[in-house]
Amino acid sequence: MHINLGAIDYAVIAIYFAFVLGIGWALKRSMKGSADFLMSGRSLPAWITGLAFISANLGAQEVIGMAASGAKYGIMTSHFYWIGAIPAMVFLGLFMLPFYYGSKARSVPEYLKLRFDEKTRGFNAATFAIMTVFSSGISMHALASLLQLLLGWQYGACIAVSAGIVLVYIFLGGLSSAIYNEVLQFCLIVAGFAPLVFLGLKDVGGWSALQEKLIPVATGQGYAAGTWTQSWSHLGTATANPMGVEWFGLVMGLGFVLSFGYWCTDFLVVQRALAANSLSAARRTPLIAAIPKMFFPLLVILPGMIVIALPHVAGHPALPLTADGTPDYNMSIPTLLARYLPSGVLGIGLTALIASFMSGMAGNVTAFNTVWTYDLYQSYLAPGRSDRHYFWMGHVATVAGVLLGIATAYLASAFNNIMDLLQLVFGFVNAPLFATFLLGMFWRRATGHGAFFGLLGGTVCAAVFHGLSLPSGAAPGLKGAWLAPDFVFRSEMGQNFYVAIVAWSACFILTVLISLVTRPNKSDAQLEGLVYSLTPRQAETEQRWYRKPVVVGTLVLAVTLLLNLAFR
Amino acid sequence: MNFDLRLPIGALFTLYGTLLVLYGFFGDRAQYARSLGLNVNLGWGLVLLVFGLGMLFARARSGKRQ
Repeated sequence: MHINLGAIDYAVIAIYFAFVLGIGWALKRSMKGSADFLMSGRSLPAWITGLAFISANLGAQEVIGMAASGAKYGIMTSHFYWIGAIPAMVFLGLFMLPFYYGSKARSVPEYLKLRFDEKTRGFNAATFAIMTVFSSGISMHALASLLQLLLGWQYGACIAVSAGIVLVYIFLGGLSSAIYNEVLQFCLIVAGFAPLVFLGLKDVGGWSALQEKLIPVATGQGYAAGTWTQSWSHLGTATANPMGVEWFGLVMGLGFVLSFGYWCTDFLVVQRALAANSLSAARRTPLIAAIPKMFFPLLVILPGMIVIALPHVAGHPALPLTADGTPDYNMSIPTLLARYLPSGVLGIGLTALIASFMSGMAGNVTAFNTVWTYDLYQSYLAPGRSDRHYFWMGHVATVAGVLLGIATAYLASAFNNIMDLLQLVFGFVNAPLFATFLLGMFWRRATGHGAFFGLLGGTVCAAVFHGLSLPSGAAPGLKGAWLAPDFVFRSEMGQNFYVAIVAWSACFILTVLISLVTRPNKSDAQLEGLVYSLTPRQAETEQRWYRKPVVVGTLVLAVTLLLNLAFR
Repeated sequence: MNFDLRLPIGALFTLYGTLLVLYGFFGDRAQYARSLGLNVNLGWGLVLLVFGLGMLFARARSGKRQ
């Protein structure tokens, strides 16, 4: 597949680059110390941090991966939003941010230090730092290989330009620059993908025609007729749907463990809320984010469903084929871009794609430089230096983070299913984390030793369970069963969900047991503001209903429930 | 921090909208066969233009109040 760009498309892309760099340049003057650079001086309004909250997560995984899953699994993919992200985001806003924001912790690992101890923070900070570099590398790799394929641009040049621009605007304006640009990127992503979905849906003949055209897609693979357009009706057994999971694995593995683990504890997203200008604004950040987020399946999943419903070309779907002859689902969005968008709007669509990759990459870089500077460098390597020094180190970490990302991008060329790989990493490292935070915030008896060994145990159990399980039909090795093929799952996704469930349960049980046999390492006074039962309840200060977190959160959940029912 | 994001967002979308509308008027019409016969540059350009101007307007209004 090849897309020809007109002069106007190049102009649109160039203007975008100029604006992104301009925002960084305009913010340069307000960067006076490490808190400005790494935490935006806690000065941003809720609508800005809210939109940045969604954008920071809109990397390669989201845009390309969700459309790919839309083609592969149909509307079931929206579970990643409607039972995954949204409830977790509401929980973060209502129950967890008072402790993150109120404790004045500068990062998620720092909260762990205040609540538990140094070693728990160290473990979390180190694994998180590695993961962010890894993710930004994957984002860059995905962008570069896509642009190479579509536009014939050189892989190395794409990496250099995208990484260079992200580096410059973060280096100049720090977290503020990343956040403001994420809001801009959010607007662009909507502006670029909306015409694509509109034209695709119009071509197919509207929603009811799409439902009809997806029937042969489902029956052709041996599933019931409505499998691609009903998200709950085919979850009775793992064999009844293309995801290869049943309702329990989905609700517990994806909905509870993985989603809460990611949205509530991942510093990449929590950092956006911590940059807000008040506790109320911080709590509203994920709630404001949840409102557009619940309609994102329209923009990112629907394109995949449309592409798979288009008339077949020479016996296979309207997608290019991979080397082994299967449809290349990752090309869903690019296929629609090439098919429907004329020059002009095409430039906006491509800019949206580039913007989504850049926002994902920038989110990782800003999370990395903060965790490195505050949680690793200031804590272990060079404590007690002047703020000027850490301000400088924040800049150094930004450069280093981007360079390491580039190195990872080249390494990442070896893997192709981006989403499954990310899920695997989340399973090992993120899944047990939520148990630690849940116990830390709501059970005052949880101790530092309990948290650390629980976390370690949970991660080890995840790896061991992965080593004992295998998706059916896969060869033992990277896919699992490197110990023994004791548990066989219908799909890799099903296996990942159960790895997460095992990791979470192991961490929960171990933390409770070890806490009970070890002595509390923090006094009640030290835990004030960090644990629910020891924190004085603050009266609601907001007057207007749409600014009250509880009201907004409840509304968000109600609409999400309606969406689940409408597309059940 | 005296930085108002509505300015760059408004400016960017006003610029994009204007570009698309002009291109929709004067550009090559044959390519709209691809977009199901619709002049999407003109239509979507107008939407972006309205959004951009709206942002600029909101900023100008709040600037006056202060």
